[in-house]
Amino acid sequence: MSATTPSKLEKMLKAGHQAVTSECGPPRGSDAEAIKEKARMIKDHVDAINITDNQTSVTRLCSLAACIHLKLAGLDPILQMVTRDRNRIAIQSDILGAASFDIHNILCLSGDHQSFGDCAAGQNVHDLDSMQLIQTVRHMRDEGKFLGGEDIKRPPSMFVGAAANPFADPYEIRVPRLAKKVAAGVEFIQTQCIFNLDKFERWMGEARDRGLLEKVYILAGLTPLKSAGMAKYMKNRVPGMDVPDEVVARIAGVPKEKQAEEGIKMCIEAIQRLKEVPGVAGFHVMAIEWEEKVPEIVEGGGLYPRPKLD
Amino acid sequence: MIVANGKPLEEIIGVVKGHRKILVAGCNECVTVCEVGGTKEVGILASALRLHFLNQGVEAQVGETTLQRQCDREYVVGARVTVEPYEIVVSVACGVGCQFMAEEYNKVPVVPGVDTSFMGGALERGVWSERCQGCGTCLLAKTAGICPVSRCAKRVLNGPCGGSTKGKCEISKDVDCAWQLIVDRLSSLGRMEDYEVLTPIKDWSTDRAGGPRMRIKEEVAS
Ligand code: SF4
Ligand code: SF4
Repeated sequence: MSATTPSKLEKMLKAGHQAVTSECGPPRGSDAEAIKEKARMIKDHVDAINITDNQTSVTRLCSLAACIHLKLAGLDPILQMVTRDRNRIAIQSDILGAASFDIHNILCLSGDHQSFGDCAAGQNVHDLDSMQLIQTVRHMRDEGKFLGGEDIKRPPSMFVGAAANPFADPYEIRVPRLAKKVAAGVEFIQTQCIFNLDKFERWMGEARDRGLLEKVYILAGLTPLKSAGMAKYMKNRVPGMDVPDEVVARIAGVPKEKQAEEGIKMCIEAIQRLKEVPGVAGFHVMAIEWEEKVPEIVEGGGLYPRPKLD
Repeated sequence: MIVANGKPLEEIIGVVKGHRKILVAGCNECVTVCEVGGTKEVGILASALRLHFLNQGVEAQVGETTLQRQCDREYVVGARVTVEPYEIVVSVACGVGCQFMAEEYNKVPVVPGVDTSFMGGALERGVWSERCQGCGTCLLAKTAGICPVSRCAKRVLNGPCGGSTKGKCEISKDVDCAWQLIVDRLSSLGRMEDYEVLTPIKDWSTDRAGGPRMRIKEEVAS
């Protein structure tokens, strides 16, 4: 399959390699050094780097500017864009801004509700939802037109992604929801952090049965646990997260000072197991404020060195 | 109906305290049904204000009235003899009623005694829940009769978002996820295939976004 955009991630996937992505959160200030440093730590071990967009609704340096810093440093950023903070004018405008710097990947999200962040008293926009954002980028890229119908001079050339949560409720629509994103035009999916591997494999099986895996690349999302406390927090407090009791028990079962190491080990084992699942097109390693561990995880998972593309 | 909450008494006192002739004006419609601005609540608020002034040793006259509808000019105009002797009106009707009163009586300040919140209904006595935000282009036929605009915290039209957990919205364990409700209802209607129909980008120009709205029924408007 030949790539339709210059995205390195797309080329990697279309060449049949399991891709590796990771993510970095921009700083809460205007010093871009922090994000560049995070990116430098992982750049040889990943194919593309997501830049989060005011994640958990906490105000930070904008995703687009951070992507530009990475792009200028020769990396392949994935612009995360939430529909919470922008209307369709701002969305299209930011897409063009990103395209002007040849940012070739976008991840379309709705974003956490603002009540989780530092501006709980703020408005939210949600002019479009994440599926409609997928449609918007595809429309701009494939038709070369604005939503308003006018032609775009030099349309964006972006590989279009979205998130999926194989563990989300309601149960009956976990796969239909993916089908809907595929129908909207999504090309790659990065999943929610997977701790319940059995359930993820079932979801993949159902997606395969529906023929979705021929139409979309699924990158399995993984987060190394740093401690038993983090495991419990994710289990009990983070909406849409499925952390089985055995996972909590395993990390809680080792002494505190060894828990981080155990977390990394569990993450590596998950990669090794999921690599063999038909349809897993790659991995999205989300080491939250723990980027320095990404190389170790990628190497441990047998995904290093990264294949060379010509 | 339009649902409102009573403002805290201290806030109302803070606004009226310089006045000696205060009228508390209720409305017989929505705010009566949601037990915040009918004759009964007008009486309670007026008594509380009287007590306050008494405790302050201030002589003040606090009147009471309840209009049939404060959102209807006919009734608002009809209240002229009641309203005009007062220095200030505390309207415990919704924000519409309060404004209709203010528009009519340009020499008398009219201030709200309630915080108008939403369009909704009574689930049971004393419990009201939002159902509509008046987006101007109703989607209910496509969403199994459950409104994602008013009932989803992100007004996601192709939901749910990733935060839906055990039937509840990510914002609170006390708030139902609208999309769980939609899916449940599609399933009980045997219409799950409708779930996969993408709802197109919405025209929000009929919503608040398009500016103040007006409706004219030609046959009856003079
Ligand atoms: S879709 Fe619009 S008009 Fe219909 S119930 Fe919801 S907000 Fe009201
Ligand atoms: S959890 Fe449900 S109701 Fe809440 S924002 Fe997401 S889709 Fe909307």
